[in-house]
Amino acid sequence: MALDPRYLEYPLRRYGMDHDRYDWSMLAQRAPIAWPGGAKLALWLNVAVQFFPLNQSGKPFAPPGGMVTAYPDLRHFTLRDYGNRVGIFRCLDALNRFGVTPTFSVNAAVAARCPALLERLVGRGHEILASSWHMDSLHHGGLSLDEEAALVERSLRTLRTATGQAVQGWLSPARSQSHNTPDLLAAQGVRYMGDWLNDDMPYGFRTKRGELVALPLSLELEDRFVMQDNLHSEWEYAQQVEDACDYLLAEAEKTGHGRLLALSIHPWLLGQPHRIGALERVLKHLSERPGIWSASASDIVAAWRRQQP
Amino acid sequence: MREDLGLYDYRPWDQRLPIRWPNGAKVAFWVAPNIEFYELEPAPNPHRKAWPRPVPDIQGYGTRDYGNRVGHMRMMELLEKYGVRGSVSLSTALCEHHPEIIELCKARDWEFFSHGIYNTRYAYGMDEAQERAMVEDSMRTIAQHTGQRCAGYLAPALTHTERTLDLFSEAGGLYTCDLFHDDQPTPVRVRSGKPFVSVPYSLELNDTIVYVVNRIEPRRYRDMIKQAFDRLYQEGEQGGTVLCVPLHAYQVSHPHRLRAFEEALAYVVGHSDVWVTTGREIAEYYLEHYYEQAVGEWL
Repeated sequence: MALDPRYLEYPLRRYGMDHDRYDWSMLAQRAPIAWPGGAKLALWLNVAVQFFPLNQSGKPFAPPGGMVTAYPDLRHFTLRDYGNRVGIFRCLDALNRFGVTPTFSVNAAVAARCPALLERLVGRGHEILASSWHMDSLHHGGLSLDEEAALVERSLRTLRTATGQAVQGWLSPARSQSHNTPDLLAAQGVRYMGDWLNDDMPYGFRTKRGELVALPLSLELEDRFVMQDNLHSEWEYAQQVEDACDYLLAEAEKTGHGRLLALSIHPWLLGQPHRIGALERVLKHLSERPGIWSASASDIVAAWRRQQP
Repeated sequence: MREDLGLYDYRPWDQRLPIRWPNGAKVAFWVAPNIEFYELEPAPNPHRKAWPRPVPDIQGYGTRDYGNRVGHMRMMELLEKYGVRGSVSLSTALCEHHPEIIELCKARDWEFFSHGIYNTRYAYGMDEAQERAMVEDSMRTIAQHTGQRCAGYLAPALTHTERTLDLFSEAGGLYTCDLFHDDQPTPVRVRSGKPFVSVPYSLELNDTIVYVVNRIEPRRYRDMIKQAFDRLYQEGEQGGTVLCVPLHAYQVSHPHRLRAFEEALAYVVGHSDVWVTTGREIAEYYLEHYYEQAVGEWL
């Protein structure tokens, strides 16, 4: 018994990455980024506005937060719907009270399902970024190029029509991509995406249609990851976000390099009445720290782009 | 398959050699940063899938890549601040992919030992010649890029065969981190009959086991390390013990985790009777002073 001899061949054992999408570099060795107004830390607070269909296909995997029981899983369907009906309004109040600028990643299906919600968000001047069609429309290698191109096109067109915004940001459901996803996004006018988790700052990402900006949206600090996957308490969640904020501020102070705190929250989770206080605690902490620039994702990307050679 | 590989014999904890570490230290403390490279599209192994999601699993890949791009520098500077030289459990292809990291560790006199070539290439299913080739390649790569003779081994992704330790010993290795049976070094029986030891590498205090498998809070991880240290320090009065903290820059170096870890690190090195050392130094000290006696009594 032996393995195929090719298992001991390493054709991509070379300098840099084992793919060509981005260059290898260490954050600490890059040119410094300065945020507007001399801020040390840019804050991207992303609110997920999602639709989880009851007839989930689960292909190629069930999305995190998706249906769990046999059909019809009214339990999880309605728990998620709660976010768009109730939870998000608590989040909006809290964000407004503490002067934090949110960005909303929206499943395009929400445009038809909750037009009043989208109208409210757009009316307040908030940036909308696209999050494909719904949480069960995953981007993965099993989709043909044409199928995936149509999915991207339909999602962007729907959201651009519904919001009147350019919609140049993208977050894939479950942060799942195929090999083609970045090329398709760039081809359809997307400028930045939050899917890749490998950095604490924006970086350039190659596609067949020009360069995208990768704007990593932290998974490890996501409310759902901390409370639903790790089963940490809501107060432990708040503690971890506060610790991250203070660590990054100190790192920015020490190095003189601007840093990014990218937080992802889910109104169906954090907007529950027993958890909203944890969001308020976090926002209070962030609002009391000097040197934080709370901005929309596209403003952060633009500020970063202006400093690229 | 065998019921037991017979790598070591049973020895009760209260019948041990009264180990004294250098300068009378009670605890030998070493930190093992795992510096790993995971491939985006590794060759498939019929016995274990590399990624939970379909290719390309950018979530799993990006999570690991964060450690090299962002986390390494934070972890390295923190260890340096507390006078700890890392004992690097190295995916040796990282010498080719990210030589900058190797140079930074070399400049700090860190030890490098083999953790296979990639953490996405598993020993499962390899025949003897294949596994020997993988082990020897990894040791040769360390020698070429660091000038060090590789002394230690931790199987890539903890994938073993019945022959793993035999092959590593025959290739010139001195110690293994693959066995979790004890809080002291122990002799390990290998087919060559050459001196070979197990140096404790705590899986229980490994940040990836803590954060990914057991899903523990950052402050609780800090407390676990302190509690483990307190007990090993106390028991070290009778015979020296070993505390190992294995790390991954893609876990511990997240901004919400590193400060709590720093408190644990400061606590441990703030004690007087601690030998802050490396895996190789523990193995060599044990081989020189205690190995023969232990073999005479145990094996």
